[in-house]
Amino acid sequence: MADTAIEPTTAQTTRAVSVTVNGESHAAEVEPRLLLVHFLRQTLGLTGTHQGCDTTHCGACTVLLDGVPVKSCTVLAVQADGRGITTVEGLQQGAELHPIQVAFREEHGLQCGFCTPGMMLTSVALLQENPNPTDEEIRWALSGNICRCTGYQNIVKAVHHAAAAQASEGGS
Amino acid sequence: MYPSRFEYFAPTTLEEVCELLDRFDGEAKVLAGGQSLIPLMKLRFAAPQALVDINTVAGLDTLAEESGGLHIGALVRHKTCERSDLLGGRFGALGAAAPQISDPIVRNLGTVCGSLAHADPQGDWGSVMLAVGADLEARSSAGTRTIPIEELFQGPFTTSLQENEVITGLQVRDPGPKAAGTYLKLERKVGDYATVGAAIHVSFDNGTVGRAGIALTGVGPANLKATAAEEALAGRELDDDAIVEAARLAAEAAEPQDDVRGSAEYKRSVARVFVERGLRAAAEGRSDG
Amino acid sequence: MATTEVRGLGHSVKRKEDERFIRGKGNYIDDVTLPGMLHMELLRSPFAHARIVSVDTSRAEALPGVVAVVTGELMAQHNLAWMPTLSGDTQAVLATDKVRFQGQEVAAVVADSAYVAKDALELIDVEYDPLPALTTPQQALEDGAPVIRDEKEGQTSNLIYDWEAGDKEATDRAFAEADQVVELDTFYPRCHPSPLECCGCVADVNPATGKATIYMTSQAPHAIRTLFALVAGLPEQNIRVISPDIGGGFGNKVPIYPGYVVATAASLLLGKPVKWIEDRTGNLISTGFARDYHMHGELAVKDGKITGLRTSLVADEGAFFADAQPSKFKIGLFHIVTGSYDIPAAHVRGEGAYTNKAPGGVAYRCSFRVTEASYLIERLVDVAAHELGVDPAEFRVQNFIKPDQFPYESATGFVYDSGDYEKALRLALEKLGYDDLRKEQAEAREQGRLIGIGLASFTEVVGAGHGKQYDIAGLRMFDSAELRVHPTGKAILKLGVKSQGQGHETTFAQIVAEELGIPYEDIEVQEGDTDNTPYGLGTYASRSTPVAGAATAVISRKLRDKARTIAAHLLEASEDDLEWDRGRFSVKGAPDRAKTIQDVAFAAYTDLPDGMEAGLEGVHYYDPPNMTFPFGTYAVVVEVDRGTGAWKVERMVAVDDCGVRINPMIVEGQIMGGLTEGFAIAAMELITFDEDGNCIGSNFTDYLLPTSWETPSFELGETVTPSPHHPIGAKGVGESATVGSPAAYVNAVVDALAHAGVRNLEMPVTSAKVWEALQEAGLAE
Repeated sequence: MADTAIEPTTAQTTRAVSVTVNGESHAAEVEPRLLLVHFLRQTLGLTGTHQGCDTTHCGACTVLLDGVPVKSCTVLAVQADGRGITTVEGLQQGAELHPIQVAFREEHGLQCGFCTPGMMLTSVALLQENPNPTDEEIRWALSGNICRCTGYQNIVKAVHHAAAAQASEGGS
Repeated sequence: MYPSRFEYFAPTTLEEVCELLDRFDGEAKVLAGGQSLIPLMKLRFAAPQALVDINTVAGLDTLAEESGGLHIGALVRHKTCERSDLLGGRFGALGAAAPQISDPIVRNLGTVCGSLAHADPQGDWGSVMLAVGADLEARSSAGTRTIPIEELFQGPFTTSLQENEVITGLQVRDPGPKAAGTYLKLERKVGDYATVGAAIHVSFDNGTVGRAGIALTGVGPANLKATAAEEALAGRELDDDAIVEAARLAAEAAEPQDDVRGSAEYKRSVARVFVERGLRAAAEGRSDG
Repeated sequence: MATTEVRGLGHSVKRKEDERFIRGKGNYIDDVTLPGMLHMELLRSPFAHARIVSVDTSRAEALPGVVAVVTGELMAQHNLAWMPTLSGDTQAVLATDKVRFQGQEVAAVVADSAYVAKDALELIDVEYDPLPALTTPQQALEDGAPVIRDEKEGQTSNLIYDWEAGDKEATDRAFAEADQVVELDTFYPRCHPSPLECCGCVADVNPATGKATIYMTSQAPHAIRTLFALVAGLPEQNIRVISPDIGGGFGNKVPIYPGYVVATAASLLLGKPVKWIEDRTGNLISTGFARDYHMHGELAVKDGKITGLRTSLVADEGAFFADAQPSKFKIGLFHIVTGSYDIPAAHVRGEGAYTNKAPGGVAYRCSFRVTEASYLIERLVDVAAHELGVDPAEFRVQNFIKPDQFPYESATGFVYDSGDYEKALRLALEKLGYDDLRKEQAEAREQGRLIGIGLASFTEVVGAGHGKQYDIAGLRMFDSAELRVHPTGKAILKLGVKSQGQGHETTFAQIVAEELGIPYEDIEVQEGDTDNTPYGLGTYASRSTPVAGAATAVISRKLRDKARTIAAHLLEASEDDLEWDRGRFSVKGAPDRAKTIQDVAFAAYTDLPDGMEAGLEGVHYYDPPNMTFPFGTYAVVVEVDRGTGAWKVERMVAVDDCGVRINPMIVEGQIMGGLTEGFAIAAMELITFDEDGNCIGSNFTDYLLPTSWETPSFELGETVTPSPHHPIGAKGVGESATVGSPAAYVNAVVDALAHAGVRNLEMPVTSAKVWEALQEAGLAE
């Protein structure tokens, strides 16, 4: 394989990006090849988004891109230019935890915690679209996020818990 | 898991896209969903000099009925298809396939046209389009041309697209007023490639089969159109005998290999079972098989 | 002064550690960033077996951003090209003469960023001279096979050990007198713990002070530190190992990996912190795999009872014998293979072989090879039941060790502490509706549907262990708890073990809460920093609760004894006149004359009896008198698709007995996680090799982990049979489900086909394999 792909080209080596993350604007000069997950973790220091594999399977790196779950290891930082991203750090509002965060704790939906940020964000997106999902719908929606510790059953309970909490909030 | 260096462009018009593809003369790749391309680049199996991101080009994300068929723009995501009511009924094969592509998060970004351009021999959309029938729109600085799906795939990860062409969308052909279909996929887990996939489409003509489309995934060097099986059904009533016969012919046409997913004999048998189940579902107007 | 209820043992309190995890504020290894930190990537061998002809690093060194390139030759100059393993063998840190498995570490690049380090890897030119690869132990043990470890003096073949346990003569006699002998050959495939977080470290050798701080994904930081001192020649007081939050261990994070050693050496040479985080391919292709046991088992049956068990096995150990197991055992605790059954005579023989594959074997929640043993006996028992025409549940009951036989000495020398196997089994059958299900199965069969019911009644052995028998590289397997109660009545507990998700910050606080009456919320639990915790052997093989949990109870009780003396002093009463009601001492007959533990804690620093040492603090190193023996029965119901061979778990009932449960919610979480890993192993996980030794299963495209969609739902039940020798009666539970469940799943699928003569299916039980069996049995659609 040619070495030219490794050497910087004489043309652009970095590109300006402007991204809103958890409501805050960030501007940076990044290499086009910088993956969004590394932009978040290293450039912005938001280490709540994790990396668990190298083939886009595990979903530990899941963030919300304009509200839609994406695997940030398979998105370039430059693609997020002008877009809005929510990471796990953006779930709580001030000191108040998001219902999904409370639910995961209450239902023991986490053990080592490594898949948890991605799992919660995908759950948030699911509940946005489907406020009262069945077990099957939850398991289907979460099938892009791998967990090795919990066996998923308590995660499903956590999503139901959050759904109920959000329903009663909305109702009152 | 870090790609090699490349240049990145985010043009806003198709003219710019074509100009960039010309400029890099085969060393540039189009970036749509990126869910196949970026993983390859991370493993350094692909190292293009430039990426031309078409996500910033307007007008490529239309999913709509058009002239009795279905227009699917280059930026239509798998998830949009999964959610759309348009893909049931006459386009049942598409509706059944969409939720089974990869996993739910990848489906948020990955595109139908991108999958076809990627031409993974184990890709699901290839079989679906071969069964239902579709024509792709390819654009370059030289103009636009139509590529029938039957002429798209040339081999694993190889299509008849020129290096300076970009797919702008595709048109699923009008299946007629009464049609049904499904896509059955045996996968070891969500996100795996098909061990065997079967795309089934039937356009009915006064209670008999007007045109049948049967295409198989994972049982050949590319998505495999089971032409003999299709022809055996044409003009016939879709009864049990016809279904069993067509399934047998489709299995015969398959060219499976022994691998970790199973023996060739196993895959051939699953192909037969799936074609039977799919045709039964189509006969009953179902799409579940 | 009212006391609120102090929740100790048996309470499903919410976890304290969750507060940081749900906020994305965990501190995992890749979150550790130090000033001036460099990044390291490893170059791995593409060949399974090859001589290294030359290594040219000049192009890599010239790449802007590259700080250093480390080769085996450079490491050899510092005597670091080889290191000892936890099994008394040596392992290459960076290859020098040969590579011995695909993925083996050959060189390392240290650069400004991981991206640049990865770029530089492509510029290292290595010339290899390929050699034939030995990909099975059978191949490796053939006469004339090339010697993989030709660098070892005296190594003339690929045999590593030949080990046995039990009584061969008594066993032979039992077989000679048997009515019937049931045999099974089965292979427990190579799989991998694959925690979601990969292994990694940040090595920071301070050039000014000479102190090495190594942040490391380690389940056993103290033991690793001692071994580092021996290997790297760094003075032990100058080494500090810090295990931060760990994103899953499952035994994958016990061994010392070459990456840790190279990163430390690089930091030493460069005077800067060096971070190495492996990628998933590195994790799957080179770190401690699990199982890979070729097993043969025979049951001698006389008058319907099992009278003898004979087993032999060949272990595929990979290129280096690096099992993380107690040093006196070559095949771990496999000799627990008599399981839940009262078998008077048993013999076990195990041979280990080198192959051209990654080293390892003891990992993935195996309790030191108990997974392999339990699988063999539970499959054998099921095969026997089918062959004898006896219901598999009843056959088990007929052969169970009975409650009045405990403590029970097994034919291979274990002394089981306590158990009531029939009770657990009957509960599982009841929850399942077993009798009705057998009827349903028969009816379904008439309609052409295939339903299967599979059982597994496991007994396993954990809590290593008594120092005389159990040591890791010579370090006895005690464990420790250091407890200090502060003047304001809060406490800090420091442990020699290290959680990777098991909830120690909560459960160990609950033990102290139970014994001392301090609310668990007021107790901070610290683990993982060797400068700040007492020496311990770490967390794996379900040993934390049995050993460190015991230490915690013991030290809490010691402090309670001191507290009693202080309370007596404060109350001006005699110690004998005091009553203890969790958290409160009161005078007998005068309940208002009382002092809380918080009062006593304050007094320990402010108002002591004459001559008493200040403080309320102590450390205990616990040497367990025996192992503990968790047990249970799992029952699985499956339906098999006759057209595709695919099988689906319709129900999964799990009854576990791990003695006293500290936090039932956490116990259930551990069980469900293990039932899922057991399902994964039974259904889809596999690392295999082609004939050239190329690894298939080194990424998640090929190594399949179940998602929420495939994973079944679980119905959990419990019985509680405390361990009589454990201070709080607890046994440990982290691995019960991986030990017991694979056989239950496999037994269920076989049961669906057994009526047509199918006797065995090999793991992973893929739809393709099931179809082949259906086809042969005339059951395929």
